[in-house]
Amino acid sequence: MNRRQLWLSLITLGMFALVPPLTEIIDQPFYVDMMARVMILAIAAVSLDVILGYGGMVSFGHAAYMGIGAYSVGILSYYGIDNGFIQFPLAMAASAFIGLAFGAMSLRTSGVYFIMITLAFAQMLYFLGISLEEFGGDDGMSSMRSEFAGAIDLNSPIQFYYLVFAVLAMVLFMMHRLVKSRFGMVLQAARSNEKRLQAVGFPTYRYKLVAFTIAGTICGLAGALFANLNEFVSPDVMHWTHSGEIMVMVIMGGIGTLIGPVLGATAFLLLEEYLPEWMELLMTNAGEHWAIVMGPILIAIVLFGRGGIHALFARKGSGHG
Amino acid sequence: MDPLLLLEQAFNGMQFGVMLFLIASGLTLVFGIMDMVNLAHGSLVMIGAYLATTLVAWTDSFLLGMILAIPATFAVGALVEIIALRTLYRRNHLDQVLATFGLILFFNEIVRIVWGPISLYSGLPDYLSGQVEIIPGAPYPMFRLVIIAVGLLVAAAIYVIVAHTRLGMLIRAGASNNEMVGALGVNIKSLFTLVFALGAVFAGLAGMMLGPLTSVEPGMGEPLLILAFVVIIIGGIGSIRGAFIAAIVVGMVDTVGRVFLPGLLRVFVSDAAADTAGPALASMLIYILMAAILVVRPRGLFPAKTG
Repeated sequence: MNRRQLWLSLITLGMFALVPPLTEIIDQPFYVDMMARVMILAIAAVSLDVILGYGGMVSFGHAAYMGIGAYSVGILSYYGIDNGFIQFPLAMAASAFIGLAFGAMSLRTSGVYFIMITLAFAQMLYFLGISLEEFGGDDGMSSMRSEFAGAIDLNSPIQFYYLVFAVLAMVLFMMHRLVKSRFGMVLQAARSNEKRLQAVGFPTYRYKLVAFTIAGTICGLAGALFANLNEFVSPDVMHWTHSGEIMVMVIMGGIGTLIGPVLGATAFLLLEEYLPEWMELLMTNAGEHWAIVMGPILIAIVLFGRGGIHALFARKGSGHG
Repeated sequence: MDPLLLLEQAFNGMQFGVMLFLIASGLTLVFGIMDMVNLAHGSLVMIGAYLATTLVAWTDSFLLGMILAIPATFAVGALVEIIALRTLYRRNHLDQVLATFGLILFFNEIVRIVWGPISLYSGLPDYLSGQVEIIPGAPYPMFRLVIIAVGLLVAAAIYVIVAHTRLGMLIRAGASNNEMVGALGVNIKSLFTLVFALGAVFAGLAGMMLGPLTSVEPGMGEPLLILAFVVIIIGGIGSIRGAFIAAIVVGMVDTVGRVFLPGLLRVFVSDAAADTAGPALASMLIYILMAAILVVRPRGLFPAKTG
């Protein structure tokens, strides 16, 4: 990470840190929840970019792990276990386990098979969620906020916000260490030329599987936070379009960088929030058709936006795109 | 187990299977030849269904409307290829996935604007809405039989086109090495457009026949698209034969599994547990099948011989 990227990361995080006091000043508490949501999806997007950008694994089912994290919290809460010290580790363990299992099978394939099979596995969990009548089926179920007795109170929006912020900062730091480590170097080398790496003697399958599992675990953590944010869990979180959206956040922000997905998540969710309002200004009732603008924006970003938002700020030494 | 019920479900599975084949065939051809992942293929199912519903209403004739919808879908497919997809062939798969994801949003919204957000229901003419007795005592809806017949007919047509015509020869050659085909003087651009538009027609055909069975609504093609992916993974990318066999297997397993799995489980576990686990397991069945097949054969049952 060069100096520019470090500053970009620090400034971005600094801005997130300032959101609660700023919303206090302008008296718009709504933004605290909204930016907490942004940060949770940023965590998911960062975890996806570790395998997508650094590992070259185009996983199209990443929302599944968010769903597992969210359902872990929801199901434990349903059985009366609201203790966050139990819920969060279990949510991460469950997503790690599923990530390991799905990864072990998906990574036997590559290329377009990998894209389709990760999508299919995620869809399987989506249908599983729908068929679980006990846990609300496709209507979903409400879930209480986790209790961290003696530590923090998640029912306070500000405390919840700073918990998410701390998790995001920690995830960014850990992933930075990860991609710069020997493990991360092997992972990136496997993206560039897997055959050569195998010839040198690296068991690339195992390296990729570990990375896949780590990404799933972190995304599961994001899911546990997501369930807390919404106080609600439903199969929609695992819907394939949600996986697609997380992927779009990565590309929008800058694939192969760590702060890029954070910027991408911010841009995507703000666009989703305000595009309908802007369109409403141009034409009445146009807002409900915001997707007709969002679709071409996506296509344009893919076709012309090399390096995403990140590239606008950090030209030197930016991601590989 | 009631044998008549089993027979009926086998027919339902067959009908679902040929439907999946219609969608998967275009997808697998486009992938095999252009090396292109097209998520928006499901949108073509939807567009076919909407065009057919509208044309049937306009012409006031079910048959005429359906027939007119075929060239209309072909035109839409060709247009989409020329305007949007052409630029994506040289991109990597990630770009293709994301750009066609954007296309889906766009198409769903276009449909919502043109036809409204509410589901459309298209009825059937009298001569198609009756029941036929397949064997005495087992009435079966006429229209579902027609779907099976059309699906098998199209499958046969695709086989003849791919294996025995000049176009098919070019398609197979293009799948092996499309640059070489271009270098030999074939207009590869129009070949791509033609193949894509043909795939669009097959997908659209599935949508047209699906309309009277369920409802015509925005996003209707997407669940089918993911099932078509499962079919292609099982069958082997680029293989029409693989797509056909896998489609029938997936259609059968899914349909029959949903009906009989809960009952089957009851033999082994308590009724309450079977009632809970049955539907859940049934909805996951084809994905478990896919995973099992991939463990044994990572490139599907009939991997295309190209590199």
